[in-house]
Amino acid sequence: MAEEKEGGLVFHPLDQFIVKPLFGDGPVHWYTVTNLTVWMVIALAAIVAVFVMGSRGRAVIPTRLQSIGELIYGFIYKMVEDVCGKDGLRYFPYIMTLFLFILFSNYLALIPMSYSPTSMIAVTAILGFGVFFAVTILGFVKNGPAFLGLFWMSDAPAILRPIIAVIEVISYFVRPVSHSIRLAGNIMAGHAVLKVFAGFAALTLVSPVAIFGIVAIYGLEVLVCGIQAYVFTILTCVYLKDALHPAH
Amino acid sequence: MATETTDVAGVCVDAGGSALGMPQLCADWMPNQIFWLLVTLIAIYFVMSRIALPRISAVLAERSGTITNDIAAAEELKNKAAEAEAAYDQALLDARAEAQKIVAEAKAEIQADLDVELQKADAQIAAKTAESEAAIGEIRAGAVKSVTAVAKDTAKELVAAMGGTADAKTITAAVTARMKG
Repeated sequence: MAEEKEGGLVFHPLDQFIVKPLFGDGPVHWYTVTNLTVWMVIALAAIVAVFVMGSRGRAVIPTRLQSIGELIYGFIYKMVEDVCGKDGLRYFPYIMTLFLFILFSNYLALIPMSYSPTSMIAVTAILGFGVFFAVTILGFVKNGPAFLGLFWMSDAPAILRPIIAVIEVISYFVRPVSHSIRLAGNIMAGHAVLKVFAGFAALTLVSPVAIFGIVAIYGLEVLVCGIQAYVFTILTCVYLKDALHPAH
Repeated sequence: MATETTDVAGVCVDAGGSALGMPQLCADWMPNQIFWLLVTLIAIYFVMSRIALPRISAVLAERSGTITNDIAAAEELKNKAAEAEAAYDQALLDARAEAQKIVAEAKAEIQADLDVELQKADAQIAAKTAESEAAIGEIRAGAVKSVTAVAKDTAKELVAAMGGTADAKTITAAVTARMKG
């Protein structure tokens, strides 16, 4: 989005993230239906389409859509089982929910003119801090005070243990921040860069380079969208494992 | 870039509709984002946990069951095939042994018949030989007698031609003596 103004290019690469009410032009209340709402609902609809419509036949020999759903199911199921162990499988639906929301939001946001909910700090912060609080509470409920053993390296030299404990505590509290900013930052940066290249494409002289740049960044973003959903999910599994088995 | 804000657009958007600062950090919009995120997550969770995940896990379990059954059935069929092959081979061996036995029996029977026939033939040949020998002996005796008679007659005629006379007794004795010699 670039416009010639007083002889110079003006980019507004962040305008794509503005939240707009879908109906009317009023202020955005907490319940207002906005462009963000629309794309979240589209993500939900896509998930329902793949997982409910796709598996409607319950076919032993799956259709294409059904096998996509089964592949994702198997992928996340195996991840939870491998990282958290058998007792982590109780939390599989929650982790599946997180993964699907992030995956579908990320990929739907790659459609031109769409909106990317996962680029909003508020959204990813709720996801990240939700995982953080859930895992911490679960850790104390499951293990009681023994959960604090997570911070106490019993196999480290005695002198180092308090220092390591301090570092571990800091890193534990940084987890949700990095967890959420990693996702939002990746998605936001990708979309902003795409917009900047699109702005340069308006200049005749550099437009071939700019369009090539858009293609290249778009390809990169296709990777990043999948990888970020995967990273968010596997980190959730790792944190969950810490809560279930705090002993190092 | 215009910077004055309007009440309509909110504090995060300028009059031209462009973002002021990062839209991500606009506190006015956060409750809205959080509310709709929670709605979406809860909806996804219910769809997943109530409908999709049980269904998919049932399908996967059914499939692995079907595959296990099919493999077991295939194994069974394979065993049956191996059994059938063994039975076939056994039948072939039996048939071959039977055939050999029959061949040997037939050979023995033929040999026995042959032996009997040979003996019969031998006996016949022996009888015929004896008969022939008797006939030959007779013929020979007959011939000797004839020779003696011819010799006596010839001797008598020779003696007569020489002008002598000889009685039959002398000539017979002389011929007999000659014929022995």
